[in-house]
Amino acid sequence: MEPVPVKIVCNGTAYQLQVEPRTLLADLLRSDLGSKGTHIGCEHGVCGACTVLVDGEPMRSCLMLAVQADGRTIQTVESLELPDGSLNELQESFHEHHGLQCGYCTSGILMSLTALFNEDKAPSESRIRDYIQGHICRCTGYQQMIEACVELSGLRSKELS
Amino acid sequence: MFTECSEQLFGSSEHSHISCGVLGESVKPAAFEYRNSRDEDEVFDLLTKYGSEAKVLAGGQSLIPLMNFRLVKPSLVVDINGVSSLRGVKVSSSTLRLGALTRHVELETRPDVAQAAPLLSAVAPYIGHPQIRTRGTLGGSLSHADPSAELPAAMVALDATILVKGASEERRVQAEEFFKFHLTADLAVDELVVGVEIPVFGPNQGFGFREVSARFGDFATVGALAVLSVGPDGTVERSRVVCMAVGPKPIRIGSAESVLNGKQISPAILGEVAEAVAEALDPIADLKASASYKRRTAATLARRAVEEAWEMTAGRVS
Repeated sequence: MEPVPVKIVCNGTAYQLQVEPRTLLADLLRSDLGSKGTHIGCEHGVCGACTVLVDGEPMRSCLMLAVQADGRTIQTVESLELPDGSLNELQESFHEHHGLQCGYCTSGILMSLTALFNEDKAPSESRIRDYIQGHICRCTGYQQMIEACVELSGLRSKELS
Repeated sequence: MFTECSEQLFGSSEHSHISCGVLGESVKPAAFEYRNSRDEDEVFDLLTKYGSEAKVLAGGQSLIPLMNFRLVKPSLVVDINGVSSLRGVKVSSSTLRLGALTRHVELETRPDVAQAAPLLSAVAPYIGHPQIRTRGTLGGSLSHADPSAELPAAMVALDATILVKGASEERRVQAEEFFKFHLTADLAVDELVVGVEIPVFGPNQGFGFREVSARFGDFATVGALAVLSVGPDGTVERSRVVCMAVGPKPIRIGSAESVLNGKQISPAILGEVAEAVAEALDPIADLKASASYKRRTAATLARRAVEEAWEMTAGRVS
């Protein structure tokens, strides 16, 4: 099929692409833009591993055509590191609380939680759970991730008060 | 293979040009032609021309999984996300009008929706997960007509009118008539759901919603919704009792409504509602639950939904 011109900004870099319509955004990110941090799990919108931010909103990149990202800004897990290459506060909290084991689901979970923490400086535990439940983790379990987020939320609410 | 460019803005002439996906090694859907439509007329022209070869893409949360599995292989995908006439939430004194492209997250968070149709705000958090609700649309969910989905059942409970449009005519279909069978709605291949109209929730009304699923956010194993309108003395004037995931479409339980109408709610009446629901349903077993579990659970959930609706009216009517 005729490739379609697509312009996107991914992690701060602008791209002008020619994309075959059937290309999924997840595959574009991984195969063509080299964002291997975006993981592909189930490829039908169940596991959440491929979650990225599209114009700041969390979306499953296996359920979005790359052509639909035309004119949009994408953030993947690679965008989270600080300019000096160190972990950001959410990643650091995951590290501290053993919020990951094999790491396969982690990039998607971090992106969903990034959307939450962007929207709500100090989210409640129930909101944190709401955002994590769109993801499947097969090894770490969810409790440490929740603890990581609750602590970060607590630190932020202290800063706010 | 390509070079990155540093411009942060669109429209720069110095973008690098990259060809993507042409090798086909990393794509899953079968090949299709893609049209990003900007107006309804173009959509109807394409649907008329391509018929069942075309598929309308809105949020893509049901269609794209089907395409990834190649269960659906359209030759044309018509993307309607850019059709502005399909957007918008409008509230008049008597009617809430929701455009087909209203996202689930809007139902969940908009104060005007919460005011005019609080049942929708209550069911929205049960639709998938946050990443699905940012993308999925009302029109898409209704067109997909999954009998275990929340929005079709809510439309029946709210006595919504589904606005259907084709190249040559517009139709208004009562929600109860719109859902026909598993994944089948009263929608021709060249037609589109353009929106819905819902009577604005009144001060004499209450609603209840109960759902059981394996995990929060999964498709419902069983669900029940109730909407009651009560008179000044607390007598039920009108009622809707709807069960979901217990048949090929959302099922309105007329016999339970007959139990309620003209009565004041009492434990005995609630027991009769449960009995009527159990009697009316003939569910079939699925992977998650036996037929008898579904029947018993639907009866209990319907009773609780009616009770919840009743308690809400008791708080509002005095």
